[in-house]
Amino acid sequence: MNDYVEGFPEVGRKKERIFKFKALAIVAIALAAIVFQVAVPRFVSYLSYLDLPLLVTVYFSVMRRSPIAGVLFGASIGLAQDSLSRGYLGMYGIVKTLVGYFAASVSQRFDVENSMVRFVLGFFFYFFHQFFYWVLKRALLGESVDFDLEQTLVVAVLNAVVAVPLFRTLDRLKITS
Amino acid sequence: MELLLNRYRNLTVLLLAILAQLVLLAYQVKSNGEVRLIRVWAVTAVTPLARMVEASRSSVSHFFSDYFVLLDVREENKRLKGDLDRVSMDNHDLRTELDTADRAQALVIFTQHSPSKYVAAHIIGNTTDSGAKVVYVDRGSSSGVRKGMAVETPAGIVGKVVNVYGPVASMVLLITDSNFAAGVISQNHRVHGTLKGDEGRSIVKIDDVQNEQTVDADEWFYTSGEDGIFPKGLPVGQVTTVRAGKARKEIYLAPSGLQNGLEEVLIIIEGVHAPIPDMPAANQPVQLLAPPADSAMPAPVPAQAGPMSDADRVIDKYRRIGDAQKHVYGDRGTGAPDYNINLNAKSPEAAKPAAPAAPKPPNP
Repeated sequence: MNDYVEGFPEVGRKKERIFKFKALAIVAIALAAIVFQVAVPRFVSYLSYLDLPLLVTVYFSVMRRSPIAGVLFGASIGLAQDSLSRGYLGMYGIVKTLVGYFAASVSQRFDVENSMVRFVLGFFFYFFHQFFYWVLKRALLGESVDFDLEQTLVVAVLNAVVAVPLFRTLDRLKITS
Repeated sequence: MELLLNRYRNLTVLLLAILAQLVLLAYQVKSNGEVRLIRVWAVTAVTPLARMVEASRSSVSHFFSDYFVLLDVREENKRLKGDLDRVSMDNHDLRTELDTADRAQALVIFTQHSPSKYVAAHIIGNTTDSGAKVVYVDRGSSSGVRKGMAVETPAGIVGKVVNVYGPVASMVLLITDSNFAAGVISQNHRVHGTLKGDEGRSIVKIDDVQNEQTVDADEWFYTSGEDGIFPKGLPVGQVTTVRAGKARKEIYLAPSGLQNGLEEVLIIIEGVHAPIPDMPAANQPVQLLAPPADSAMPAPVPAQAGPMSDADRVIDKYRRIGDAQKHVYGDRGTGAPDYNINLNAKSPEAAKPAAPAAPKPPNP
């Protein structure tokens, strides 16, 4: 009974924890995610569906629990992704800025170390990212592109599945809590 | 005001970040301008890492392939030594034969080779666009690469350079990308069309061909040279599907340049137009019919993949001469075989060297 009662403050504390990382680690992980996306899908084409820069954005935003840090991180990694794509600079930047902001905001209400929560976050933010990117393409650039709902949902699940062990691996880089 | 900003600090930062990027986006769309500096920095930062990844993958891949090759290397070495002796002898005989070969024929074969100038490039990575068929190559302005240059492999066209980032990297738009377009012409009926990528698929389609025009199944398409990028006469691919559409024909091709994967490509620095070949494209299997049973024709040439050259025919001739006299090329001490033997004769007497024909008596 005592354990049960004492469990509530523990959950509350978990929701308030803020994790920090070495700046070098953040830069290296972000760069590795982008290089992965540039280099690996060329010989394993199925891995092109894996959006590691997005997952890394979500991870660092939710662990820092700071919307401003989420905005800055999302914008930086999004612009880096834009500069290596054929599209206009700012498309991925805007979408990932929003992802970083919302991920950090949402993280203040959940225990972000829980695997199930991480799975749901991975799924939701992948879908949000793809949908908003499609909206921006239509609204800002006037491109008539289709939104493949079924494929997006399936790929969102795959990204969420990858997110859980990836986040667990990145947890080892935490320095303070 | 300060209180308001402090209270909504997070939202303010978000709005500022989005506004800044919207302005950047609007500038690019409005002026069609390229924010080149940022892209060059990003590509320069990523290129060495991408090269390292590619080098690691290549090393691992070669290690495993070499390992499996080495398993049979001793046995293969013995066999190759024997082959080498035989080929050395064949080579000597062929050189003698080629010296007296038809030089005009040799010139024709030579002129069929493309006179264009190329620079070879290695593919080092994809772009970060989801679904885009765009790759980076490790050649840039220092190799003479410029925006708009055509890219191909010996088997066919691959794409075009859409951006050059500094001295050692360029971006190539592949022909399977939905934004790609090039002028093409069919081999048999000389039908003109526009080559385009088909979104999300590894085949390409030909647009702008009227339903009344004729295109054969399995027909080859070549570049027409009308787009100002690809020189005329480069192979594009073979038709896999052709059917009448609502207004225009629906034609799909298997791009020949991408059939065997992409590792290295050739960037055409100076393109030279060439005629559309009348013969089927190289590397296609050639079906040869067997001769009639009672034919007095020479021994049949076995059907094989690929066209048979003059050199192949000479090798085949000497091989049959050697077989007929049980001569082993490269075996010292047995002397040379009789090269004037009549290979078409059935009896041993007829196999002797042909005697000069007796002069015919003059007609009265």
